[in-house]
Amino acid sequence: MRRSPAMRRIIPALAVGALVLAACGSDDDGDSATTEAPSGTTGTSEGAGAGDVDCSATISDGVLTVATGEPAFFPWVIDDTPESGEGFEAAVAYAVAAEMGYDADAVTWVRTTFDEAIQPGPKNFDINLQQYSITPERAENIDFSLPYYTSNQAIVALDGSPAEGATTIADLKDVKFGAQVGTTSLAFITDVIQPNQEPFVYDDNVGAKAALEANQIDAAVFDLPTALYVSGVEIEGSSVIGQFPADAGGTTDQFGMVLEKDSPLTSCVDAAITAITDSGELDAIQQEWLSDFTGAPVISVE
Amino acid sequence: MSDRPTRRERYERARRRRSVVIATISTVVVVAALIVLIPRTPGWERVRQAFFDGDVFVETFPGLLSAFWLDVKILVWSTPLILVVSLLVALARNTRSPALFPLRAFAVIYTDVLRGIPVILLVFLIGFGVPALGLSRTWANPVIWGTVTLVLSYSAYTAEIIRAGIDAVHESQRAGARSLGMTSGQTMRSVVLPQAFRKIVPPMMNTFVSLQKDVALVSLIGPVEILRQAGIDKATYANFTPYVAASLIFLAMTIPCTRLADWALARQRARTGATTIA
Repeated sequence: MRRSPAMRRIIPALAVGALVLAACGSDDDGDSATTEAPSGTTGTSEGAGAGDVDCSATISDGVLTVATGEPAFFPWVIDDTPESGEGFEAAVAYAVAAEMGYDADAVTWVRTTFDEAIQPGPKNFDINLQQYSITPERAENIDFSLPYYTSNQAIVALDGSPAEGATTIADLKDVKFGAQVGTTSLAFITDVIQPNQEPFVYDDNVGAKAALEANQIDAAVFDLPTALYVSGVEIEGSSVIGQFPADAGGTTDQFGMVLEKDSPLTSCVDAAITAITDSGELDAIQQEWLSDFTGAPVISVE
Repeated sequence: MSDRPTRRERYERARRRRSVVIATISTVVVVAALIVLIPRTPGWERVRQAFFDGDVFVETFPGLLSAFWLDVKILVWSTPLILVVSLLVALARNTRSPALFPLRAFAVIYTDVLRGIPVILLVFLIGFGVPALGLSRTWANPVIWGTVTLVLSYSAYTAEIIRAGIDAVHESQRAGARSLGMTSGQTMRSVVLPQAFRKIVPPMMNTFVSLQKDVALVSLIGPVEILRQAGIDKATYANFTPYVAASLIFLAMTIPCTRLADWALARQRARTGATTIA
């Protein structure tokens, strides 16, 4: 009678399994305790309201560090140089900074990916704006400011695409779509349009462009300003064949600034956005940088 | 023969029992230390929330699993193609006739170039480049061209493994077979290759596991397989838990593969009477 070699290995393995299970059990206890704490803090920070908020808790003293994408795209940032304050998001960032008490000299820019914006641990930015759509799921893990822009979804297609001439969602069922990962455009395709073929997904609009040219998709969905830029500048022979109303399918695509979860600055940024909205400054910035980006036939979602 | 164990057997059993006890205690101590220490780090709460969110895991796991089916399909298509192409390239490189020099040169260039370009670049070049030449919608499918890319790249690696295996078969085997009157083709087929393949099972399995993961690169040109689905879910929830879930699904495939290969090798060693000391 020998104990088999397999048994010799299994006993330590079982011990590990038991310990891991035990650890999972205690994790669950910890979970219920910790979920209450952040919701409590959020409550108080919202209660603070505008006016008497502390805007000094930036990552480096006296400087507001603003993050955008690498590269940052037109018309959100012109020529990938946000320091110029040119482009819609660059201008909004400086307007918000001014409202928070940081003049243009006290604003520095960094570049982050989406992953860096949501990863745990200390952030290298105070606020991050690169067309992040506000969703309740995301808000569980990061802070969003109040929205600074509300966008429509729009369809870009090459001339002669089956998507051309569509006036209702029903006309788009047999279209092969593409979109960028992590955008509400993708959710819009799968949840609202619900095409018969699964959409393809790309890291950026360059991929979607290549796929249109490679005849792999019929049409791509972007937020309207990006769609107009992509069709006008990036993809020859393409056009925006339609846009959807902002509240199409019950989802409003609103862009918010991203802050670290429970950041002390969130209420301050909210106050600043409220202020520039009320004063009409935000509208003026939108007029200046996005006024060309409204015209396209509207597609009904009924 | 009596059933009573000999002194030697008793001694060996005691030693084995002692090893089991020591292995168990040391494992328990190490794992317990990890479980106690990691949650005491200052950022643990935030990390646990970002990577190990139970609700997000449950929400996203079924979608990830069904997206994984595409990975499996690509893998099933590409593996036999890689074996065939790499064997042809390895054989081309092993030809000895002077007239076949162009073939040898082609094989060298093939392996050098395709091994030298990162797979991720090849995926973009071939996946977007070839269909843009004007292929019909069916043939422009990125799944096809992604698979082609994997086959080209991996067969270059695999060809080198096979070549090394062929070179590892002692020259006397070839000479012996030729002296028995076998043609060079027969020698390769029935003497060299069977011995070579036995030698290259571990590196081949290594490459196969690597391929299982690189299938995910096909997602860069559009198709939504597990890595892309995890990326979509990550963006939806602003949470990395889908990546952890995807890792588990990958492990569920790769670990049995490596265990199977180890088992097959051990069995083969036992059968051929080779030593089991690695």
